[in-house]
Amino acid sequence: MDEKKSFLKHLEAWVDGEEVILDADKYISTRTKKEKRSWRHHFTIQYVKENKKLYGILSIGISVLFIAIMLSVVNSLPEYGNAHNPANNEVMERYLESGIEETGAINFVAGMILDYRAFDTFGESNVLFLAVMCVVLLLKKDKNNYSEQEEQEIQEDDYFDTNEKHPILQIGAKLITPLVILYGIYVILNGHLSPGGGFSGGTIIGAGLILYASAYGQKKMQSFFTFRTFTKICVSGLLTYCACKSYSFFTGANHVGYEIPKGIAGNILSSGFILPLNICVGLIVACTMYGFYALFTKGDI
Amino acid sequence: MNHLGTNFYEAVSVILFGIGFMNLLLQNNLIKKFIGLNIMDTAVYLFLAAQGYIFGRVAPILTDGVIDASYYVNPIPAGLVLTGIVVSVSVTAFSLALVQRLYKHYGSLNMDEIMQLSREEEGE
Repeated sequence: MDEKKSFLKHLEAWVDGEEVILDADKYISTRTKKEKRSWRHHFTIQYVKENKKLYGILSIGISVLFIAIMLSVVNSLPEYGNAHNPANNEVMERYLESGIEETGAINFVAGMILDYRAFDTFGESNVLFLAVMCVVLLLKKDKNNYSEQEEQEIQEDDYFDTNEKHPILQIGAKLITPLVILYGIYVILNGHLSPGGGFSGGTIIGAGLILYASAYGQKKMQSFFTFRTFTKICVSGLLTYCACKSYSFFTGANHVGYEIPKGIAGNILSSGFILPLNICVGLIVACTMYGFYALFTKGDI
Repeated sequence: MNHLGTNFYEAVSVILFGIGFMNLLLQNNLIKKFIGLNIMDTAVYLFLAAQGYIFGRVAPILTDGVIDASYYVNPIPAGLVLTGIVVSVSVTAFSLALVQRLYKHYGSLNMDEIMQLSREEEGE
């Protein structure tokens, strides 16, 4: 075979199936031998991560650059507190001017989040429920999440909870907890009349439960608040919310006309579904808050 | 347009966001990282609340029977902040639960140490 044929001739012959390119391997190896030696090979993410000082300087630089860019954006934002800003448009006017007529709630924010945007609030409640279920999956004590040392620690904690007396904390908790829970109930029930609502009232009730649990120990809490009651309250709250909103979506979309009476704005029993929805959301939030506390401290509700 | 002097709530929120981001990048302790994430969330709430305020108006709850849009501040950012708070609480709880499991498994909160230990475990 003539080795001095040109590359094109070889290729032609190869395409015709007359011969194979003999020095193909050699050719490929010479081609890949050309290493691209550039700064990029040294400046990889791995290199930056290993070099702590460079990493710190770079991250500070990126953050400062980010702040500078955002400050320049803030500089050209419309003026703070001006009534003619583009954010204060006809949507806000609609909520404020026909809000009482359409929802019956004096608190415009409650009317907005539980009537106009009730579907969004349903999603929020689901997000909270999903979060507490994930925490249950990760932290609840069962046969897969168990070690003898932890069990011993928990038993010691229980021993101290039941046998050691903290008079100041316990008497204080006994006096304050009912008031805190009562205040939470007030905030929930007046959600459509005053500042507050399901989320804030639920958090207040959750705080009361956490205070009681931290003063008297988990054992005493479990006499009236077990995992069973927790799941029952959460799931029934979500289902009631879903049923209420399904009813109002169905009747509203089909113009059936069986609307819940709005009542006189300003009364406690008014504004249609907002009060029951507030109660549902409050129960879910209270259970979630206490559930987070119990799962993070003892790994059990 | 030069409103940096009047928009100082927004400016502060942006700076807080940057501080939280820096915290997220620089801290090695996982719990401190999530504190940085929460600072970023707080900055966003401050920004939204500042966007909704209008000078000389009252909170969006019916006062003195006035039904007029030029009497109340914007109620929409309040609803958005509520959504933000709920999502932030959920994300924080979930990530802290993951951190607790990591601590139980590796006995450390330092991210580099955890990465090294997990690599050693995989190598075995």
